[in-house]
Amino acid sequence: MTTTVDGVRSLKYWQGVNQALHQEMDRDERVVLVGEDVGGPGGPYGVTRNLRATFGPNRVRDTPISESTIAGLGIGAAAVGLRPVVELMFFDFCMLAMDQIVNQAAKYRYFTGRSLPLTIRTMSGSGGSYGAQHCQSFEAWFAAVPGLTVVMPSNARDAKGLLKSAIRSDDPTLVIETFGLLTARRDTPVDEDFLVPLGVAETRRSGDDVTVVATGRMVDRSLEAAERAAAGGVSVEVIDPRTIAPLDRTAIVESVSRTGRLVVVQEASAPFSLAAEVCALAAEECFDRLRAAPVRLCADFVNVPTPQDLIEARVPGVDDILAAVTRVTGR
Amino acid sequence: MPDDDRTPPPADLYRQLLLCRRFEEVVAEQYREGRVPGPLHLALGQEATAVGVCAALRRTDVITSTHRGHHHCLAKGADVDRMMAELLGRRTGYSGGRNGSMHIADPDVGLLGTNGIVGGGLPIATGAAFGLQVQGRDDVAVCFFGEGATATGNFGEALNIAALWALPIVFVCENNRFAELTPSSTHVAGEVWQRAEAYGFPGVRVDGSDVHAVADATHDAVARARAGDGPTLVEVMTYRLSGHYVGDPATYRDEAEAQAWRDRDAVARARAALTGTEAAAVDDEIEELLATAVDRALAAPTADPEELG
Ligand SMILES: Cc1ncc(C[n+]2csc(CCOP(=O)(O)OP(=O)(O)O)c2C)c(N)n1
Ligand SMILES: [Mg+2]
Repeated sequence: MTTTVDGVRSLKYWQGVNQALHQEMDRDERVVLVGEDVGGPGGPYGVTRNLRATFGPNRVRDTPISESTIAGLGIGAAAVGLRPVVELMFFDFCMLAMDQIVNQAAKYRYFTGRSLPLTIRTMSGSGGSYGAQHCQSFEAWFAAVPGLTVVMPSNARDAKGLLKSAIRSDDPTLVIETFGLLTARRDTPVDEDFLVPLGVAETRRSGDDVTVVATGRMVDRSLEAAERAAAGGVSVEVIDPRTIAPLDRTAIVESVSRTGRLVVVQEASAPFSLAAEVCALAAEECFDRLRAAPVRLCADFVNVPTPQDLIEARVPGVDDILAAVTRVTGR
Repeated sequence: MPDDDRTPPPADLYRQLLLCRRFEEVVAEQYREGRVPGPLHLALGQEATAVGVCAALRRTDVITSTHRGHHHCLAKGADVDRMMAELLGRRTGYSGGRNGSMHIADPDVGLLGTNGIVGGGLPIATGAAFGLQVQGRDDVAVCFFGEGATATGNFGEALNIAALWALPIVFVCENNRFAELTPSSTHVAGEVWQRAEAYGFPGVRVDGSDVHAVADATHDAVARARAGDGPTLVEVMTYRLSGHYVGDPATYRDEAEAQAWRDRDAVARARAALTGTEAAAVDDEIEELLATAVDRALAAPTADPEELG
């Protein structure tokens, strides 16, 4: 890793997460890390390596396989003054902690009027060939719960900046990392005070003809499709919401009002999803400006298979995105 | 002394143990060739748990298995060809090759499923026992789970209900000393087998390198369950000779400890109980069976993208 003069490095996604944890634990001794295999082994995928060596076993705890109580450890510890980061290895395993996340953490401020500075990290997506119980995308479920902030970094820079913001936030934040991107690189400021604000979308590419809203693994694919569309004379704007809840509605409405066309690309299936929400937003707020019906380009509504070719058949690829762009622009 | 009526004849016993061992070694070779989609968790060293427990079961008894469950499936009578095909991602596999190792089921032989969720089988096996009880069947349910799963809420919930309703179930904790990358001392407080006592039913601990001891303990537990006397918790002390998954360098493991377990290997001991010719015949039979299974699987088409559901 070389640091450029302006303090920016090319980091892998996992390094962004790791650096955020190191910096925040260094900055604030109330930050602790709790989860399965996060300490000694440095995380099942190496994301939390060296944290235990640096901050010691008191602040970095390996837990048994007890997802509900892992979430609860975070809630209780936050209630008495820590700023815990708890890890629930896969999004699918958050299902075992649903009560603690949805009925307890999300209601804490409502019931007590107090803050609950809790960060829950988990990993989603079908980038890993791990099958129907390890690759699901539930972001919309959690985004539907008042009291939860939900972020979904799609690259190293956001993985670092959003996690740091989550840790500094006074309310429960679910950080959904993306399995298939752990080794993907993006230039990232090394600065300790570099933050990515919660609730603010990023326009990854500006364009005039179509707005593509994409999350997770679909962001890079959408950027590639935009590049190819440009060669054909179609100008695509790519927006990564980064925070799912609260959604940056302003950024999306502004863009769609300008382009008149919307394609939402995600790794979750379409029914009752973020894509459905964004299309509803466009219908409500941009109705007069729309020049084509909004499109939800999502994973097929089937369970996630294990073989890689079947996984790819299920989720949108660059060609699918390009086809959707062509469809809404008619060119 | 082992009660020989309670385990299959020596050649059968060796055949079953060797099938579990060689099946996984062959699949691991295929994995290294890049032919196995998805992760692969092996139970090398743990074969006697599955074979010993299933020696006490009949076809109509049901089991739930785990993410590390090839040996449970094979011991309960799952079809070798269909398992191999599933692991190799082929259309002739148990689930059309779509799902792989962690999602194999064959209700026809009482195999309710392997599982990608640690502890996921505990409530299901308890439910199966409930179903068997309501129907007045004298079949039993057996729940296989790792010692890591004793940390889940499901464990406490399942044991409590099973005890309250005197369900026909045997909880088999396969204590292989590791949960993923950390030793069980990080995960398990106290002794697993003793937890049964708190719920008011028997808990026993057996040596998992001794297939006769495992079969004996299970026979007693199954007899209790069939008689309507409720659950038993059997903790089998075994050892995971493989990494957590194929490819795990397992640097956290103490080599001397692993060697001590290899020295007591149940498969080798079962082989030693046979004459040289008997043993060689079984060896040949299993190699042939597995080679055929691989050939058949590889001749079948890969999983069908149109068949997702
Ligand atoms: C609910 C849940 N949490 C975490 C995991 C990740 N995981 C897979 S295997 C495993 C360890 C399980 O240990 P144990 O129950 O002892 O079974 P073993 O792997 O030793 O056979 C973990 C934590 C999971 N699959 N499900
Ligand atoms: Mg274990």
